[in-house]
Amino acid sequence: MTSIRKPAVHHPSLTKNALGLTFRDYEGSMSTLCAGCGHDSVTAAIVRAFWELDIPPHRVAKLSGIGCSSKTPTYFVRGAHGFNSAHGRMPALATGAVAANRELVTIGISGDGDSLSIGLGHMCHAIRRNLRMLYVIENNGVYGLTKGQFSASSDLGSKSKRGEPNPMRPIDPALLALSLGATFIARSFSGDKEQLVPILKAGLRHRGFALVDVISPCVTFNDHEGSTKSYAETRRRSLPLVTADFVPPQNEIAVRFGAGETLAVTMHDGSTLRLEKVAPDYEPRDPAAVYRYLHERQASGLVPTGLLYVDESLGDMHEMNHTVARPLTDLPFEELCPGSAALDALMEDFR
Amino acid sequence: MAAINDFALKLANVNGTGSASANSLLMQAIFRMGIPVSGKNLFPSNIQGLPTWYEIRVNKEGHVARAEGFDLFVAMNAETYGVDIAEVRSGGFVLYDSSWPLDPSLSRKDVTFLGVPLARLCGESFVDSRERILMKNIAYAGVLMALLEIDRAVVDKLLEEKFAGKPKLRESNQRALELGRRFAVEHLPHPLPFKLAPMDATRDSVLIDGNTAAALGCLYAGATVAAWYPITPATSLMDAFRGFCGEYRKSPEGMRACIVQAEDELAAIGMTMGAGWAGARAFTSTAGPGISLMGELLGLAYYAEIPIVIVDVQRVGPSTGMPTRTQQGDILSCAYASHGDTKHVLLFPANPEECFRLAVVAFDLAERFQTPVFMLSDLDIGMNDWVCPRFTWDDSYRPNRGRVLGADELRALAGPFTRYWPVDDEYVAARTLPGVSEKGAYFTRGSGHNKLGGYTETPSEYQEVIDRLAAKHRAAAHAVPAALLDGTGARTGIITLGGCDAAVREGLVGLRARGMELDLMRVRAYPFGPEVAAFIAAHERCVVIEQNRDGQLRTLLVNELGVDPARLVSLLSYGGFPLSAHEVVAGITSRMEKA
Repeated sequence: MTSIRKPAVHHPSLTKNALGLTFRDYEGSMSTLCAGCGHDSVTAAIVRAFWELDIPPHRVAKLSGIGCSSKTPTYFVRGAHGFNSAHGRMPALATGAVAANRELVTIGISGDGDSLSIGLGHMCHAIRRNLRMLYVIENNGVYGLTKGQFSASSDLGSKSKRGEPNPMRPIDPALLALSLGATFIARSFSGDKEQLVPILKAGLRHRGFALVDVISPCVTFNDHEGSTKSYAETRRRSLPLVTADFVPPQNEIAVRFGAGETLAVTMHDGSTLRLEKVAPDYEPRDPAAVYRYLHERQASGLVPTGLLYVDESLGDMHEMNHTVARPLTDLPFEELCPGSAALDALMEDFR
Repeated sequence: MAAINDFALKLANVNGTGSASANSLLMQAIFRMGIPVSGKNLFPSNIQGLPTWYEIRVNKEGHVARAEGFDLFVAMNAETYGVDIAEVRSGGFVLYDSSWPLDPSLSRKDVTFLGVPLARLCGESFVDSRERILMKNIAYAGVLMALLEIDRAVVDKLLEEKFAGKPKLRESNQRALELGRRFAVEHLPHPLPFKLAPMDATRDSVLIDGNTAAALGCLYAGATVAAWYPITPATSLMDAFRGFCGEYRKSPEGMRACIVQAEDELAAIGMTMGAGWAGARAFTSTAGPGISLMGELLGLAYYAEIPIVIVDVQRVGPSTGMPTRTQQGDILSCAYASHGDTKHVLLFPANPEECFRLAVVAFDLAERFQTPVFMLSDLDIGMNDWVCPRFTWDDSYRPNRGRVLGADELRALAGPFTRYWPVDDEYVAARTLPGVSEKGAYFTRGSGHNKLGGYTETPSEYQEVIDRLAAKHRAAAHAVPAALLDGTGARTGIITLGGCDAAVREGLVGLRARGMELDLMRVRAYPFGPEVAAFIAAHERCVVIEQNRDGQLRTLLVNELGVDPARLVSLLSYGGFPLSAHEVVAGITSRMEKA
């Protein structure tokens, strides 16, 4: 756990990835969140996902907004550039960073306040642009840093710490993303690392906007009786829908198969995403069916988790823009400035 | 005796009827005759059906400021006949559509009315109803050809270029022009007592608007990421940048730029910052309302030291204000944009040529000082066509990317990399870019940070950084374009900026001719260089001429230089139309008399 101060020297027996790095090399500074915070579990899963995918830390750009969740990029991949921006604006900052350098492995961390209230519009439009990034919502249904106000994902009737029921319906980021034409929608639970790590890995490899909504209970302000996002309540209602395991093509490993059929989704980079279909009639590529399914489960108070929807057919922002394959930041000035002769010729158009 | 190449005409139309192409045809024809000309488009915030005006000033001396008192009024909008006819100088002319009789109450004894049955002529000659309306405009251009002696060969050539490959359209235009021209020759006094005669004063000039010029500057500066939200009067800037990228940044490999139409200005500035942070030359274009929305993130860019360029094409505020009218009302809101202690770098171009040059300077300053740089244009500069010297480019120019450490330099560092320390003599520390090296990794934050970039809530550590930012801003005063000075040591100085320049310089010619000695300083940037304080100190008092209600430049001078406010007198014009030399002469004269 990153909430415990550890020695800088690693134990020699730690397993190394293809780059010769241990998972400790993908950690960051010590967490300053409350002990037991779901967000720290998400951080641990993120560390694992980057390590298992052999991603060079310096290639990573990690961005966040403001709030408890947005503090977490300091707690993972210390060798990456981080940007703790302004409340709700992370998708905009990430769009600019990806526009400038499309080779960055970009991860954005936000919370339900950040993504579903103040920055809702930005998230929606990043989805529409199919910006290539892993976008994690650490969703605890409460404003933690300002001490316990309802958020836009607080469930109807969910009780605040003072016992008041929430009179409004929640925004479900998965349903919202589906309606916006998102190309990768997943949901998991911070306490379910077995499911979360493969989902994060698949999201990192997705060629587009990968939305991962992680129910992440707040131990301080939203883990009481009456809260629908407490540990106890989430465990009771969570319904694992599809478990995902991700296999990079260069290093195929055995996949654990559960009962039921499997579905292989070929990713753009050639790697294969294998889905274990828990629900026999579930089709994560049929938006209408997914919508109906999620809606029904939501109505019956169940939280389906897993890879909910995937569509690899839509190009990302750069494909839409027909941008050069090289990062724009790598283009030499000579390729950008048309020079004096071109200007002289152009001036004739203004005569 | 006829006045040659020295008159002003104003055309009143209904917007959405195609008058813009007729008016720009007239402008371009006069320009190609080698005669200095300027055009001011006074248009409504509307797509179709409201009054719109276009002013054309011909001046052989090259004065391009807005004229007042028109020699000829082309009154094509019956709704505005009353106000339009009142604007004609005594002894002037009104050209109107005599297909319908003019209300006798509009008549003026000191003005000559020239009736041309434009609607009837076009109705007889064209079948399509839309064409009848459009060609009415071209027909009055034909009338003006005869009245003002516009060179027919020049107009023919323009139509040939404009409608290359569209012979039917060209024929319609040609026919409409001839309808008007022939009617004028047969029925109207021609030429008028003021007219055109070919000159050779525009051979080395171009006719260009400031938004196009600024876009060209961004292209030449090597900007690769642009994010924006549509807003009048800045939209045409990004349209032009997109057009230039299509022309000059397209390669078989793909587009060498990424232009993102954002969901709002908050996103536009955020995207610009993300790109600047990642190492691209990035900019956004906007107007006052956009600046207001960008406020929060501008503070983050300042505090986290991210190079970005913001082009603000100013319009009339506050609030929605008058979106299609000009003003210099964003000086203070840009200088101190965002909460907390912030100070930004501002550039004030006076014309399209400077929009081109200063856009390049803006990127160099932004990266050298790792900070947002604003270029404050305005609607008059941005959206009107100006006669400017041909733009030139020095191929030896290389961008100043500022202090950026690459992988090799980081490897050579003895100790660890720290983001905000050590600093150079301009108080700038080296930065690193994501994707380059693990050793250069750092955490960018808008929360309190110490000189190493670490989170802090310790007063001394916080102050050390925020004080350095103030010192960095002061250092930039020596790097920004210096104020332009003109004078011989008069007791009174004129201080102005941006789009006031043309009217102020023309006004000064008139005032000096009347024996009034005045020195002139045009400020081109904030923070102010040492020459600005020296100019103020060298004059008993200064008149500060600007286009806003509150004297924002004056306030900035008083606040930043500690000038005694009594020594700076304001001359303000803020109704939304570009400043005229007449306003300058009248304003200065009355202030000199009072003194």
